Amino acid sequence: MTIRKSPRLPAIDAGAVVKEALLRIAQPSRRLFLRRSLTLGGLSLLTGCTIDDENGVERALMAVSRFNDRVQGWLFDPDRLAPTYPESMITRPFPFNAYYGEDQVPEVDESSYRLEVTGLVADRHAWTLAELGALPQADQVTRHICVEGWSAIGKWGGVSFANFLSRVGADTSARYVGFKCADDYYTSIDMATALHPQTLLTLTYDGRKLPPRYGFPMKLRMPTKLGYKNPKHIQAIFVTNTYPGGYWEDQGYNWFGGT
Amino acid sequence: MRETAVIVDRRPIHPGWLRATHWLNAVAVVILAMSGWRIYNASPFFGFRFADAITLGGWLGGAIQWHFAAMWLLAANGLAYLACNIGSARLLRKFFPLSPRAIVADLRAALRGRLPHEDPSRYNAVQRAAYLFVIADIALLVASGLVLWKSVQFPLLRELLGGYEAARRIHFLSMAALVAFVGIHLAMVALVPRTLLPMIRGR
Ligand code: HEM
Repeated sequence: MTIRKSPRLPAIDAGAVVKEALLRIAQPSRRLFLRRSLTLGGLSLLTGCTIDDENGVERALMAVSRFNDRVQGWLFDPDRLAPTYPESMITRPFPFNAYYGEDQVPEVDESSYRLEVTGLVADRHAWTLAELGALPQADQVTRHICVEGWSAIGKWGGVSFANFLSRVGADTSARYVGFKCADDYYTSIDMATALHPQTLLTLTYDGRKLPPRYGFPMKLRMPTKLGYKNPKHIQAIFVTNTYPGGYWEDQGYNWFGGT
Repeated sequence: MRETAVIVDRRPIHPGWLRATHWLNAVAVVILAMSGWRIYNASPFFGFRFADAITLGGWLGGAIQWHFAAMWLLAANGLAYLACNIGSARLLRKFFPLSPRAIVADLRAALRGRLPHEDPSRYNAVQRAAYLFVIADIALLVASGLVLWKSVQFPLLRELLGGYEAARRIHFLSMAALVAFVGIHLAMVALVPRTLLPMIRGR
């Protein structure tokens, strides 16, 4: 990616970000291919041993990742707030990042859009954007930290997610909240983070309607989690006790992904 | 003839706990450095990348898994080393006294090839300084790593290190210092290979 001299306002080269994103798609699929070809190779006794070793190491690393989930759940303080910043510190332009290039950002039609809410909730009606916009709004200027290491400061506005969950009568003793998105992205979070005071169901970016590149119509913003845990273009939210996984998480990113 | 008791010191030059923690630490450092380079490559902030061939993990997610597994080994092992070393007063005995003048004198002697290595159970002033430095450096690596891992949950540490982005640079630079130490350390062992066996078998 780009070489950034200024630690405060990293200018991120869009082309380079796309390249990195494409690289990241290419790699997991390469791994899958490798695994499939290894299975074929398993016909030969010679490679049989390598397969077992490789899977053994992968399983062990996954087990440590689950352990790290538990440690993070334990470290997570529901009352501890992420730092907030003055608007003058907002990173401009705020970097675009997804598992696809910027030309593939999904177009969501505002008038026909409905947010589905299912699972362990009392009120399962689908929400229009106007209904969501009529709920009390809050905003925050916080640091978005990417799993790749870079960070950028942005301003998001929307509905407190704890408030939203209580309105739909969610069972807040459930373990997970899952998200399905218009770009086929999906992820899930722990209930403690869902109820954190800085977790926002955002409808605006920098005071304007959330633009498509930042996740129109809606992005869940959690300054207490890494970027890939913050889903964009959300279409469906569900409350569940069954581990829902996530797009990157299923490929090996840590599930809790806390900051 | 009066019997003179020759007291043979049967204590090992390096006790077992030291050898165990030393080699476990070497494993952890190698895994952390190589996977860390892969993580750095995902978003390099200096004008270069590490060659993929010398990195570990295959892709960013794999590198992170290695890094966040080996960090437990490094931290637990480091704490065990410090506890034994301080608890047994070995740290005081082995690494002190230490003065800048002694470091300079021993460094001069070493450069002229006149530093004696007769007694492998005694560290010279340069060794003392280098080992104390790397212990402090690893402590800084762990502290800055904690800020990168959980910047929201460790606010005091985060502010002490100047924030998330500053902690990234500190983490990188202390990695570079550690790698430099390892390079010099290995060169020294190659120059004075007599020191290697005691670190493996104790004497
Ligand atoms: C595989 C590579 C390594 C080899 C062959 C090696 C070898 C040795 C040897 C022979 C000694 C004893 C030195 C002497 O008697 O003067 C020693 C001590 C030491 N090494 Fe290493 N080492 C390795 C890797 C590392 C790494 C990666 C670190 C830390 C980053 C490290 C840190 C230390 C420290 C701190 C001591 C002094 C320990 C004490 O006495 O408390 N070594 N090493």
